[in-house]
Amino acid sequence: MLKINNLQARVEAAEILKGIDLEVKAGEVHAIMGPNGSGKSTLCQVLGGRDGYEVTGGTVEFMGKDLFELEPEERAREGILLGFQYPVEIPGVKNIYLLKEAYNAQRKHRGEPEADTFQFLKLVREKLKTMQMDESFLHRAVNVGFSGGEKKRNEILQMLVLEPKLALLDETDSGLDIDALKVVSEGVNRLRSQDRAIVLVTHYQRLLSHIEPDFVHVLSDGRIIKSGDKTLAHELERNGYHGIIEEAA
Amino acid sequence: MSTHSQDVEQLVKREYKYGFSTDIDQEILPPGLNEDVIRAISAKKHEPEFMLNWRLEAYRHWLTMKEPSWAHVHYPKIDYQAVSYYAAPKSDDDAPKSLDEVDPKLLETYEKLGIPLHERARLAGVAVDAVFDSVSVTTTFKEKLGEAGVIFCSFSEAVHNHPELVQKYLGTVVPSGDNYFAALNAAVFSDGSFVYIPKGVRCPMELSTYFRINAMDTGQFERTLIIAEEGSHVSYLEGCTAPQRDRNQLHAAVVELIALDDAEIKYSTVQNWYPGDEEGKGGIYNFVTKRGECRGRNSKISWTQVEAGSAITWKYPSCVLLGDNSVGEFYSVAVGNNMQQIDSGTKMIHVGKNTRSTIISKGISAGRANNAYRGLVKILGGAEGARNYTQCDSLLLGDRCGAHTYPYIEVKNPSAQVEHEATTSKIGDDQIFYLKQRGISEEDAVNMIVNGFCKEVFGELPMEFAVEAQALLAVSLEGAVG
Repeated sequence: MLKINNLQARVEAAEILKGIDLEVKAGEVHAIMGPNGSGKSTLCQVLGGRDGYEVTGGTVEFMGKDLFELEPEERAREGILLGFQYPVEIPGVKNIYLLKEAYNAQRKHRGEPEADTFQFLKLVREKLKTMQMDESFLHRAVNVGFSGGEKKRNEILQMLVLEPKLALLDETDSGLDIDALKVVSEGVNRLRSQDRAIVLVTHYQRLLSHIEPDFVHVLSDGRIIKSGDKTLAHELERNGYHGIIEEAA
Repeated sequence: MSTHSQDVEQLVKREYKYGFSTDIDQEILPPGLNEDVIRAISAKKHEPEFMLNWRLEAYRHWLTMKEPSWAHVHYPKIDYQAVSYYAAPKSDDDAPKSLDEVDPKLLETYEKLGIPLHERARLAGVAVDAVFDSVSVTTTFKEKLGEAGVIFCSFSEAVHNHPELVQKYLGTVVPSGDNYFAALNAAVFSDGSFVYIPKGVRCPMELSTYFRINAMDTGQFERTLIIAEEGSHVSYLEGCTAPQRDRNQLHAAVVELIALDDAEIKYSTVQNWYPGDEEGKGGIYNFVTKRGECRGRNSKISWTQVEAGSAITWKYPSCVLLGDNSVGEFYSVAVGNNMQQIDSGTKMIHVGKNTRSTIISKGISAGRANNAYRGLVKILGGAEGARNYTQCDSLLLGDRCGAHTYPYIEVKNPSAQVEHEATTSKIGDDQIFYLKQRGISEEDAVNMIVNGFCKEVFGELPMEFAVEAQALLAVSLEGAVG
């Protein structure tokens, strides 16, 4: 599904990604862990297509297409969803409106008819239940006045509605209390299926006890220095990044 | 659109593209302004003596006045002697005969705005006979209003058919010498609308200039007078989202509203005059004086405006709250792109007890546009318990435009409560990226954010206007980002 080959990228003058290789297949859940400044968020932004992140080398293929040939909105319509570490506030725009526009943008892209309000509302209500969110969320402005936990739930709600092929979740667990973490994890687990893939970016092992990854990668200084199965996350928890980084050096 | 790229003088020298009402002779007065010109205008319109005297008084006052320079706008000096103040209706000979002859770019804009097919021809200036039978629509409409006792006609008709009403109310809200442009308007105004709602009548339909024949063609110096008698109610719609072409660069309109006891007037405007090209060439100067008086107790006047066009907008729809418990409202969206200049806002003058006013202003600037909110809230000594709430928000698109806020607050009664909130924000790259990452195109993302910003004002517009206004904003801001 996603093939990253020797990806290098910079932000302004600083070289952040220094050659990343990663393959994610349908049905897999990958966790990317690493200390602050290792390039985790940059990797997400580059894959999402944000301005200001300059790709200086390497290739990325998504479903057989050159990712860098696609605009950010095209990547989204093709099925990539980036769960933001800091979801953005959009005053005056109702949550339900954004959800519906996004949903229909995808349908249009696939040549399907747009959903009518009634059908759509039914779908969203179901997803709200999973996320243990009140219906009033739909009528609030996107992320405006939401607590940190509510914002993250809202990201996962969008993911459940849009059903992406590839979900890139950037520190979705940060700022969540234990109950919220459970709800968010439950939402993500709902999306797991044979034809989807999930990439979790996180600092902490605790998320991974709720969403069990098939693969864990350690990112340090713009490179993946170690990959393994879920036991690698436990090892990290015990020894810290420091031990692994030294071992790799 | 080549006619718009010429300078003021050339433009004002031309004859009107659109004519006025049908009783005008096919004749043009030479450029220039003096008492003889005013006498000639009044004579051609067969006006009664009181109208001529009123015009002359206004003219004499105008001569003593100076063109205002306090607004945050810049334009070359206008040569008022180069303007022809009376022109015969344009003949249909040089008008396009059908839509096939109309600039395809203009048609494309109509398409985007969702203007109904039968209206496109009229807006594009296609010869009226070839357009559609507007007469029958108007007749049905007039019958229905007649049954309710509502008078809705052109100003010229009102002068002939209801001189006593005109004489009683004309200039009582905006006196002929009120300001430079209002005085000029009073001296030379050509036509406009007149509305009278009798006591206790709720006007059975929205009054739209759309239904008044020739309403689109009232041109340069338009004058509107609306009187709502005790306990009456009227909603009036002015303008149109479609881009309006006009050869006259200077527009100086006056609107007067009068609400007596328990009466309510809602006045909605969508203004989309030609704004000039990307470099600011051409475009209409829209210098308008709009004021309403809540004369009666418990009366209410509400202004809602969407200002999207014109090269320069100078406009402050105001409310004088004389009656106790009267209410004034101002809801505004003003959007400027490219080189547009906007200096707009409102005045709320609280005279009566327990008077209340609300001001919600949303300014959007893009390109190299400058957008100023200028508002006065004045609470006089007798306005016991008066309250005002002002919210004034600016949204910037890009980094070459400007937003300015000039709030003036004068409070002479200690029991008054005045609140003012103001924000300035920019459409953030992070907002755009967030929406794009959800599959929404950049253009739709901008529209979504802008419409969200304007929501409170659009909510005040009549339903069909609100939908058009959203489309209008999208078209006005095309290419503003990215």
